[in-house]
Amino acid sequence: MGLLNREEAEALIQEVLEVYPEKAKKDRAKHLMVNDKKLESAKKCITSNRKSVPGVMTQRGCAYAGAKGGVWGPFKDIIDISHGPIGCGQYSRGGRRNYYSGIAGVDSFCDLMFSSDFQEKDIVFGGDKKLAKLIDEVESLFPLSKAISVQSECPIGLIGDDIEAVSKKKAAEIGKTIVPVRCEGFRGVSQSLGHHISNDAIRDWVISNRDGKLDAGTPYDVAILGDYNIGGDAWASRILLEEMGLNVVAQWSGDGTIAEIENTPKAKLNLLHCYRSMNYIARHMEEKYGIPWLEYNFFGPTKIAESLREIASHFDDKIKEGAERVIAKYQPAMDAIIAKYKPRLQGKKVMLYVGGLRPRHTVGAYEDLGMEVVGAGYEFAHNDDYDRTIKELKDATLIYDDATGYELEEFVRQVKPDLVGSGIKEKYAFHKMGVPFRQMHSWDYSGPYHGYDGFAVFARDMDMTVNNPCWSMFKAPWQKPAEEPEAKAA
Amino acid sequence: MANIMIRKGDKGYVFYMPKRDIEDSIVAMEFDTPEKWGGEIKLGNGGIYFIEPQAAPARLPYSVRAKRIDGVE
Repeated sequence: MGLLNREEAEALIQEVLEVYPEKAKKDRAKHLMVNDKKLESAKKCITSNRKSVPGVMTQRGCAYAGAKGGVWGPFKDIIDISHGPIGCGQYSRGGRRNYYSGIAGVDSFCDLMFSSDFQEKDIVFGGDKKLAKLIDEVESLFPLSKAISVQSECPIGLIGDDIEAVSKKKAAEIGKTIVPVRCEGFRGVSQSLGHHISNDAIRDWVISNRDGKLDAGTPYDVAILGDYNIGGDAWASRILLEEMGLNVVAQWSGDGTIAEIENTPKAKLNLLHCYRSMNYIARHMEEKYGIPWLEYNFFGPTKIAESLREIASHFDDKIKEGAERVIAKYQPAMDAIIAKYKPRLQGKKVMLYVGGLRPRHTVGAYEDLGMEVVGAGYEFAHNDDYDRTIKELKDATLIYDDATGYELEEFVRQVKPDLVGSGIKEKYAFHKMGVPFRQMHSWDYSGPYHGYDGFAVFARDMDMTVNNPCWSMFKAPWQKPAEEPEAKAA
Repeated sequence: MANIMIRKGDKGYVFYMPKRDIEDSIVAMEFDTPEKWGGEIKLGNGGIYFIEPQAAPARLPYSVRAKRIDGVE
């Protein structure tokens, strides 16, 4: 089956919606669309950032996941206390492979889990004393930590603990920044609100710490926002910026530190990779410090070159020349990679269902390899993300917001892509269906994928997955003649 | 009433409301002089909001409270 045309895609959406009861069907219909590049705004065709329908198996996370796992976790010298019952902290520990340079447990704390381990008595009598004690313990055991954040789990909001008061009191005692983050899981509809709350917490408690004390910096200071250094992504991006003559003063938040956050106001330009999770603070810095911000995309040589030139256009000729030099330096290596992998991947179809930026950002990288994105969707995107997405995708591409397990499986079964890129929750379902799969949240234990170095890894990984001989051995020999009815029943 | 942020885009003012993720161009603003700025603002998507008329902000972007008069949210 080739690419879907518009009618086929619309018919497929109708077919998938058939199984839902009337009310759920009406709701889900608003979240599925067929791409039309002519649209100015996605708002009329797709609804996003709405509460999931109960019972449909959404793949979303919660506000705590967005705050602790997304934004705060990767800062290496900040100890994130998961304040509440033990599970939330334990299951969000280190799964995203946010790399950092440092020694775990001495000056870096990404791999460690700190939790106040709430018990019944804490719910009944309140957990503020426990939090104060925990902060003292953390301070005595890990004196090289530079700051502490208190990530509240659901019960904290329910019982009404005053973590702000404890944080203020303890911060004065130990002389370190302590940030209370009100990211109770029940807030909002997805992890997206957790990103927003974290951004607001950074705005209120951290970013103005050095106001008036910062030196002017160089005219080439930039900050990388929204790069979580998954498998070393931020490092692969940073070296390109430095090579073209820019001075990266901060990484938010992969391999970042509290000092870097505090130094960000001296940046001359904020570079925003993950728009969804960091645009709030970028907008705040634009208002308060007059720092312009710019979205860029470091997936695939075409988009990297475009982005480098766009970044350079905000600076003088020295940086512009630097950008051209960097592009020229890496282009031969990129051409070699494309020459090697494009013949093996040409014309393969990809379906994506990831978080906040990859369904649109990776499109360029796939197209560099001759692959086509036939379906894309986000777990927790908002309307402005879809506005940006419809421009990147081809006409008649399937777009699905907050897709359910059933919808994803059915789309994949019907569209028959050669590769599915999604998260860990979907991975094994698609493996069992015999569809090549890459985990696009944390790169399937690989990476980096950003930057020129990352593209080499990206191309290799996609080839390794799509052309893996195991997919042809998926059916046992005795099952092969009965393939047709089997596939239907499965 | 909601907090909005007004910034300068390529083609005039841009309206942004974080809470609703509305980012749209401002096609008309009732008062746009240094002394008196604000009033009724019309968005590209048809929404109409009201900002208490005030002296124009010294620098954009600028956060301000706005009231929705009409249109989609």
